[in-house]
Amino acid sequence: MTTSDSLSTPSPAPARRGAQRGTKVRRQRVRAAWLFLVPMLVTLVLVAGWPLVRTFYFSFTDASLANTGGANFIGFENYLVYYQGAWYGLLTDPAWWQSVWNTLFFSAVSVSLETVFGIIVALILNAEFKGRMLVRAAVLIPWAIPTIVSAKMWAWMLNDQFGIINHLLMTMGLIDAPLAWTASADLSMWAVIIVDVWKTIPFVALLVLAALQMLPQDCYEAAEVDGIHPVRVFFRVTLPLITPALLVAVIFRLLDALRVFDVIYVLTSNSTNTMTMSIYARQQLVEFQDVGYGSAASTLLFLIIALVTVIYLYLGRRQLGGDA
Amino acid sequence: MNTKFAKSLAKRIGFWLLIAVLLVYAIFPFYYAVITSLKPSSALFQVDYWLNSVDFSNYITIFSQGSFVQAIVNSIIVAVSVVAIALLLGVTAAYALGRVRFRGRTTVMMVVLGVSMFPQVAVLSGLFEVIRVLNLYNSAGGLILSYTIFTLPFTVWVLTTFMRQLPMELEEAAIMDGASPWVTITKVFLPLMWPAMATTGLLAFIAAWNEFLFALTFTLTSEERTVPVAIALISGGSQHELPWGPIMAASVTVTVPLVILVMIFQRRIVSGLTAGAVKG
Repeated sequence: MTTSDSLSTPSPAPARRGAQRGTKVRRQRVRAAWLFLVPMLVTLVLVAGWPLVRTFYFSFTDASLANTGGANFIGFENYLVYYQGAWYGLLTDPAWWQSVWNTLFFSAVSVSLETVFGIIVALILNAEFKGRMLVRAAVLIPWAIPTIVSAKMWAWMLNDQFGIINHLLMTMGLIDAPLAWTASADLSMWAVIIVDVWKTIPFVALLVLAALQMLPQDCYEAAEVDGIHPVRVFFRVTLPLITPALLVAVIFRLLDALRVFDVIYVLTSNSTNTMTMSIYARQQLVEFQDVGYGSAASTLLFLIIALVTVIYLYLGRRQLGGDA
Repeated sequence: MNTKFAKSLAKRIGFWLLIAVLLVYAIFPFYYAVITSLKPSSALFQVDYWLNSVDFSNYITIFSQGSFVQAIVNSIIVAVSVVAIALLLGVTAAYALGRVRFRGRTTVMMVVLGVSMFPQVAVLSGLFEVIRVLNLYNSAGGLILSYTIFTLPFTVWVLTTFMRQLPMELEEAAIMDGASPWVTITKVFLPLMWPAMATTGLLAFIAAWNEFLFALTFTLTSEERTVPVAIALISGGSQHELPWGPIMAASVTVTVPLVILVMIFQRRIVSGLTAGAVKG
C-alpha cells in the first residue's frame, strides 16, 4: 500500500527537516483526500442516504404521491393495525406474501441454475480449442443485450400463437397444443426464470472463468499422473479452489435477483403470479399513489437485502482490509 | 488402439457439439430478433429460421416516429452525462481511497459498497421527492442525478482497486517536486488510468443505457423517455396485437451498438467485471 508513511527522503542531509516535511505533506494529503471525497459523499447522500431515510419515514405515514410533504404520522398502521376486530396492513396482505414467496422462489431457482450453467460454460471456455476467443465473445452477447430488449425478444419467442418456441416444441412432438408461456399461472414464473438465466449465465461464467485461469497447474498435473477421473478432480480440486470467486458471483446475483424488476415487469407486467417485492412496492407507490404503504413494502425489501449484504460484507471483510 | 481412437473421436465430437449448443444459446435469440425485424408485417406470423428476403419497413416505421429518435437522443444524453459525472467524482475519490491512508477510509469504502447494494425501489419514494423539489421531474437531469446511485459506487470501487496497484514511486517523485494532490492526479495518474477509466466508463454507460425502473417512474411524457421505456411502452390496439415487427426493429437498433462495443472491448469488460466483483 502506498502512503506518505512510506515516503523516504532520498537526500540524507538534514533528517529533521525531512521528517517535518513528511508530516506536512501527509497532513496536506489527508486534507486533500477528504476534499476529494466530499463531492462523491454529498452526491451519495443526496441520491441514496436521504431518500432512504425519507422512505423509512414515509412508511410510518399516510403520504400520497401527490402530497408527500403533508403526510401524517400514523405509526405502524401501514405494516399492521388492529381495527374493529380484524388485522389490516402490509403484513396481513396475501398479495404481499405472494410477492415475497415469488421473489424468494425466483431468486433461489434462477441463481442456482445460473451458477450450475455458469460453471459449465466457464469449464468449456477454459478448454483449449480453435476459435476460443470467438466463442467467448459470442457468450457475452446475452449479457450485452439490455434487459428490456431481452425480455421483449423472449416475449416474442415465447408468444403463444406465433412464437418459435411453441412451434419448435410442436414440430418435435413434445406438446400437442401451444403453451401460454407468459400468461398461464403455472408457466409464467418459469418463463421469467428462463429469460433471467439466459441473460445472466455469461456474468457467472466470466467470473468463474477468471478464477479458473488463476488456478495453479501443478495440482492438475499431479492428478493426471495419478490417473484420477476428471469429474473427481473437478469436485475435489477445482470446485474448492474456485469457491471464493463463486461465492462472490452468487451473492452479486442473489442481490440482483432479490430486487428484480424490469425483466418481470416487461414480460408479465403486474400479474400476481410473478409479482416480486419490487413490483409490488412500485405498484403501491406509483400506480396506487399510496406512498406510505408502498414505502413500508420498500422498507421490508431493503431490510431483507441489507441482511444479505451484511453477510456478504462479513465474508468479504478480510479481502477489504487485507491489503491496507 | 482402434477403440482408443474411437473414444477420442467421440470425445472430440461431443466437445464440438457442446460448443455448438453454447453458440446457439448465445446467438440464436438475437439472431431471431434480427430476422423478425427484417420481415414485412405480412410474413411476421410465419415461423422462419432464416430470411428469404430483406424488408426494412419496420425500421422505416420506427424512425419515422419522432418519439423513438428522441428516445435515442435522450438515452445518449443521459448515459454520456452519467459516465462523465461518475468518472470525474470517481477518479478523485479513488485517489483519496486508494493512495492516501487516513482514518475512516474503510468506513467510506463500506458505505460505497453498501450503496451499490441498495435496491432501487427502496429509495424510489424519497428520490421522487428530491427530484421534484429540485424541479427535475420528467427531465434528463432527474435521470442523470438518480443514475449516480448505481454508477458512482461501482466506478469508485473499481478505480480504487486499480489505483492501489500503481507503483508508489510515481507519486513520490511528484511529491518531491512539490506537486499538489490535484496536479498529481491529473498529471501523474490520469495518463495511466485511461484503460481502467475506459472500462468503468463503458460499464457505467451500459448500466445507464439499460436502466428501466427510474426511467419509467421519473419521466412522464414521450419527449423525455429513454430507449428502454420507449420500447417497453410500444403498444398496439390491444395486449394481443403488439406490433412485433417495429418492437424487434427498435430492439435491434439499440442493441447493435452495445454488442459491437462489447465485442471490441471484451477483454477490458471482463477485467472490469472481475475487478468489481472478485477483488471487491
